[in-house]
Amino acid sequence: MRRLMLAACALVALAAASHAAPQDAVIAALEAQAKSADAGFKGFTAENGKALFMATHQGGKPDTPSCTICHTKIPANSGKTRAGKAIDPMAVSANPQRFTDLAKVEKWFGRNCNSVLGRDCTPQEKGDFVTWLTSQ
Amino acid sequence: MKKIVLTALIGSAFFAIPALAESERYAPITHEATLKECSACHMVYQPEMLPARSWESLITGLSDHFGESAALDATVADDIKAYLVANAADAPGVKSRWAKGIAKTDTPLRISETPRFIRAHGEINPAAFKRKDIGSAANCAACHTGADKGLYTEPGE
Repeated sequence: MRRLMLAACALVALAAASHAAPQDAVIAALEAQAKSADAGFKGFTAENGKALFMATHQGGKPDTPSCTICHTKIPANSGKTRAGKAIDPMAVSANPQRFTDLAKVEKWFGRNCNSVLGRDCTPQEKGDFVTWLTSQ
Repeated sequence: MKKIVLTALIGSAFFAIPALAESERYAPITHEATLKECSACHMVYQPEMLPARSWESLITGLSDHFGESAALDATVADDIKAYLVANAADAPGVKSRWAKGIAKTDTPLRISETPRFIRAHGEINPAAFKRKDIGSAANCAACHTGADKGLYTEPGE
């Protein structure tokens, strides 16, 4: 009986592991950053990520006041760079490759937070953003 | 008869030469980092179209690249800069007419600001570049469909 229980536990664990989203590693890395930046870190919030994405910001470069200027307000749609090139959708449902490569994620946050906000994003903002788009 | 042949020759010269002159071919870009990083936002422009000092200035100024941050890690940026500079319009051994007419004191940052570009596109209504499906003069491939492969033909040919 005990053996059976153990086997069942192992199966459940295996099922959980195979359900791990490819985005989990990126979110875990951002979580580690957030914890070291803020001792009172309470987790990421998709709603705040959505608000960051949809808002018009001050302090950035005049041609890029929001994420939606290039990515559109519908993250499952393709966007367009200011030079006319298509941008693959941000929503993971439409583009499963999103947020699977931490170096790429950090590169684009580094660029686009400075273009749109005029500063680096905080780990909390990055995690909220990725959490929301992973659910979209 | 001689006169007819001569007329025909002159006629064909008139029609054939401009068409040939308007088609240009550039070596395909094979530099990996340049292809990967530059193409993330726009067509990878041929390095022969700007002088070395322009490429240096562009790569040094990537944190404000035409109003956007296109910042890269220093090692990647240096790798791309070395390729662009070595193949620039005025680089030793490069055959290019793009540096012609640019004052030595000038460092154009847009290919569309060079005398050669302006001359070649003089007959085009500036409003055409702003059409929604074109966007700006940065979108070479909107009209020159082979531009990203280095082939510039007169649109419609």
